[in-house]
Amino acid sequence: MAIFSTNEFKAGLKVMLDNDPCAIIENEFVKPGKGQAFNRVKIRNLKTGRVIERTFKSGESLEGADVVDVEMQYLYNDGEFRHFMVQDTFEQYQADQKIVGDAGLWLKDQDFCTVTLWNDAPLAVSPANFVELSIVETDPGVRGDTSGGGGKPAKLETGAVVRVPLFVQQGELIKVDTRTGEYISRVKE
Amino acid sequence: MDDAWQPSCSLKLLRLRAQVLRDIRCFFAERAVLEVETPLLCHGIGTDPQLDFFTTAYCLQPLQQALFLQTSPEFAMKRLLAAGSGSIYQICKAFRNGESGRFHNPEFTLLEWYRVGYDLPQLMDEIDELLALLFAGSGLDSTQRISYQAVFQHHTGLDPLLFSYQEYCAYAFNNHIPDAIGLCGHDQVLWLDFIFSHNVQPHLGANALCMVYGYPACQSSLARLNEHNPKVAERVELFINGIELGNGFYELTDAIEQDRRFNGEISIRQQRQLPLSIKDNRLIAALSAGLPDCSGIAIGLDRLLMLLSGSAAINDVLAFPVDRA
Repeated sequence: MAIFSTNEFKAGLKVMLDNDPCAIIENEFVKPGKGQAFNRVKIRNLKTGRVIERTFKSGESLEGADVVDVEMQYLYNDGEFRHFMVQDTFEQYQADQKIVGDAGLWLKDQDFCTVTLWNDAPLAVSPANFVELSIVETDPGVRGDTSGGGGKPAKLETGAVVRVPLFVQQGELIKVDTRTGEYISRVKE
Repeated sequence: MDDAWQPSCSLKLLRLRAQVLRDIRCFFAERAVLEVETPLLCHGIGTDPQLDFFTTAYCLQPLQQALFLQTSPEFAMKRLLAAGSGSIYQICKAFRNGESGRFHNPEFTLLEWYRVGYDLPQLMDEIDELLALLFAGSGLDSTQRISYQAVFQHHTGLDPLLFSYQEYCAYAFNNHIPDAIGLCGHDQVLWLDFIFSHNVQPHLGANALCMVYGYPACQSSLARLNEHNPKVAERVELFINGIELGNGFYELTDAIEQDRRFNGEISIRQQRQLPLSIKDNRLIAALSAGLPDCSGIAIGLDRLLMLLSGSAAINDVLAFPVDRA
């Protein structure tokens, strides 16, 4: 794998740190006029999601991490593992709940999502920014209420619960922003 | 569309820069300090192991030799002082290889001046007056003068002149910089650089000029040591809003001591397998002939413009930073 020096630490670069794959978030060059040059680096551990700060002497290097984001189709859940497939190659991958995490709340069979692979094994799963899911359970709302305020909880087919306006009914298809978990609109089928 | 042909700073910043240059020239003209020019391309170069330089190839057939882009005009200006120029100043470019970031561009503008017969406190008075003039519109709070030892102790509880590996490690561990331990090891200078730049400097000069003087002798650079306390050097650094703005010395005039420091730095360069630097023997010769007692300072004008305009990055005050040059 390639070696990257502190000068090449750009946001998004994937490197190995303490044996874990990490992504560089921010890199600041710090140099006293008459002293040692440092790079203060903000870095996300891709296994734990935690963000840490580390200081390197300028010119030090880290090994690159073989981490890639691949678009895959979510196939099914066998109770223990979720299964994904790359469309072009039909290659299949499986990931347990620890890896899938909260993304599992937005995954519907056949939908596309991004699977992050580290050394060709799933490391993390991110749903599409917007998903369309149907409501399986919500209190009947007041007909004619189109106001933005208030709202009520609605359970979706994947298990996620989002707040929806009162006029939205059980069985309807809605569009949700998975980054915020917010209702966007109804979808006409 | 690719807009890399355009300047990265606003036209307003170009005008601010021109105004600042006018104000500085006016300030020194009123005080009868002589403006000078010295070469950017030189035969000798600074030996400081922390500064990386640019080497160019000078071709005058059949002659071919290396010339260096100066990392600061200090050596040439001291030769003028030794030749009897009296107090002088210069506004020029300086070059430092490999330095690029929010506060660094490998080519930058320095204001450097020397005052014959001034000690460090007298120079600090003049720095204060110049910055008060330049910042007249933005209203800085009153200037703070504090010793390196006092400011270091105030922010960390550690004594910078009395290095204790155990105490420094405990500090790093308790202050969320445990990586300092592996990085600095038993190297006192490295510890001071690390802790000062991470945990002291960011607090210096909140909307005010902060002058830190009396640097530890191990960081004396080209300053003379204090005659009463050889543990500290007659060196001053300027900070505003946590940004390092300048570095000044009560200048070392002892040719033998200067030569010794050059040789020490050259051997460190060899140990670390850094590019070989050619020491400036003409400076040594000038010091032997006699450098008058003087103090001098260099101020980074691009950073000064950042502070004057409230810019977050040096690219916001440069017409064409290195990636657009």
